[in-house]
Amino acid sequence: MAAETLLFYGLALGLVISALWMVMAKNVVRAVLAMVVNFALTGVLYLLLHAPFLFVVQITVYAGAIMVLFLFVVMIIGGREVSLEEPLVGQRVLGVGAVAILGGLLVWATSSANMLPMRPVARVPEDFGSPAVLGEALFRDFVLPFEVVGVLLLAAVIGAVVIGQYRGEVRGIGTGVDGGEDG
Amino acid sequence: MVAPNEVMALAAVLFSVGVAGVVLRRNLIVVLMSVELMLNAVNITFVALSRAFGTVEGQVFVFLSLTVAAAEVAIGLALVVAIYRSLGRSDVDDVSVLHG
Repeated sequence: MAAETLLFYGLALGLVISALWMVMAKNVVRAVLAMVVNFALTGVLYLLLHAPFLFVVQITVYAGAIMVLFLFVVMIIGGREVSLEEPLVGQRVLGVGAVAILGGLLVWATSSANMLPMRPVARVPEDFGSPAVLGEALFRDFVLPFEVVGVLLLAAVIGAVVIGQYRGEVRGIGTGVDGGEDG
Repeated sequence: MVAPNEVMALAAVLFSVGVAGVVLRRNLIVVLMSVELMLNAVNITFVALSRAFGTVEGQVFVFLSLTVAAAEVAIGLALVVAIYRSLGRSDVDDVSVLHG
């Protein structure tokens, strides 16, 4: 019991630190690496919450595939330092203030135990969240969403190939030099 | 077990950090990563409530949303590369065709 709680607080600390690091990093490659740490820790959190199948999926899809995709694009574009200066006066102060209000409200709303619609159960079956249980739910009750997601993935692959092949000039993108006679 | 409220509060903090990244950063890749962070935070909430109530539907939902996130990353990064190819930069401010 105590070890579980301790592990959770360690994970929470790591998650928040890596998330902040990702958002504040000047170097994009470092931001990607912080993101990978964040996603891997999320996977461990899934394990703690009795979701072993999602742990595996999280590691392969997020910390594996998506990380490689991000790193590839950063390498293509060139992982140079990006400026952190603010083009709008006061954007940072206002943005941080608004986000702090949002976060405070969300934490306040979620941390009260009364908002749960049902009573939490103390324990779950041994095979809760295993591939067999999840697959059964997926192919019995959620066949239609599963198929729709498959079609969505196909469309995304085709779209990514088409957009990635594009080599021409994008008319009008930019600071209004090529944007036609806009006022 | 870990109290579901604590996990949800953690997810709320992570979501807020993601919002901060979208609001404050101008690099398109960092903005995309922040969106991923927000999706991830919501997934954590799903898994926490799935464990709390002993129902597996939350985990199924996370599985589906992971797929959608992967599709979103593929399209988003393809767009970033296309914008970079035609402009030589990829900041949020560079994409201003609709700017009146």
